[in-house]
Amino acid sequence: MIVRVLGEGQFRVDDDTAAKLTVLDKDLDAAVHADDEAAFKLALGAAVQLVRAAGQEVGAEEFVTADYILPFSDATVAEVRKLLADGTIHGDSLGLP
Amino acid sequence: MSVMKRVSLIFRAKADKALDRMEDPRETLDYSYKQQVEMLTRVRRGVADVATSRKRVELQMTSLQKEITKRTNQAKTALEQGREDLARAALQARGQLETQYDDLQTQYTQLQEQEEKLTLASQRLDAKVQAFRTRKETIKATYTAAEAQTRINEAFSGISEDMGDVGLAIQRAEDKTAQMQARAGAIDELLASGALEDHVGGGADYIQAELDKLGATAGVDDQLEAMKREIANSAPKQLEANANGDGGGSASAAGTPAAQQPQAGDGL
Repeated sequence: MIVRVLGEGQFRVDDDTAAKLTVLDKDLDAAVHADDEAAFKLALGAAVQLVRAAGQEVGAEEFVTADYILPFSDATVAEVRKLLADGTIHGDSLGLP
Repeated sequence: MSVMKRVSLIFRAKADKALDRMEDPRETLDYSYKQQVEMLTRVRRGVADVATSRKRVELQMTSLQKEITKRTNQAKTALEQGREDLARAALQARGQLETQYDDLQTQYTQLQEQEEKLTLASQRLDAKVQAFRTRKETIKATYTAAEAQTRINEAFSGISEDMGDVGLAIQRAEDKTAQMQARAGAIDELLASGALEDHVGGGADYIQAELDKLGATAGVDDQLEAMKREIANSAPKQLEANANGDGGGSASAAGTPAAQQPQAGDGL
């Protein structure tokens, strides 16, 4: 499975890691719903660390889309809420038509 | 649905929408490449902007450090002159400056991190864009229109994600820099107008004014003493006795410059 960490690129992770990520993803979701910044920070930190440690960086010459995208390692609940709410990628006016 | 999945879908939806709009798949490649080159320019400019911001904070830290040193010296001088009140005021002023300095230190670290992250993002995108250029030419040369479509979609969607990622990173860096610039501007103004000094010193640097006064008085006293000694050494004994009397009076009034001035005049 391919996971992107925003600001850090794509990583290829094995099934075992993917399973662990799924658990952390539930924590992330709960934290966003509850507006719990501390829990969010904790889950995000763990998820990013896991991907960095267990993942294999995807090379520049490989063009794939990620199955999962993790927010920036220092993202806040508000930031993620905003991204999820309006479903647009800010600052990307040039990137895509 | 999970957070990570939803974020990935947002990115993908954006790429899909763009692909739908393109009529000629080969055009998609060239169009996308043009956008990528522009994005590269933008991210490089972003790195430069953050660096400028960081340097500005660095300069402000140097200015604040100078002020801190000045206050430390003032406190020392004040204590030497027996003015604990002034020493206390100088240390209080220093305390406030140190708080500002610590705040700038935090900002500086954050800007440094942003700069590093953006530099890495710029390098990653650069490598990706180079790879895309090669891929684009290969696709155009090798495949028929039908075959090319799948490969174009792959390459386009793949790099779209990178573009979205970098776009967000630039946006974050810009927001951060704007925040810092506003604060840095305020500190610059304070430093330039001397208002920071006034504010923390509780007056137009009255500490320094007081110390200057003490310093001037001490200088006059020293000169007086030197003159008296000269006269005493060269003149008969009556004068020596007179000079000793004056010297005693001057020393006892050392803490009150205002009262001392007329006395010194009398002596002369």
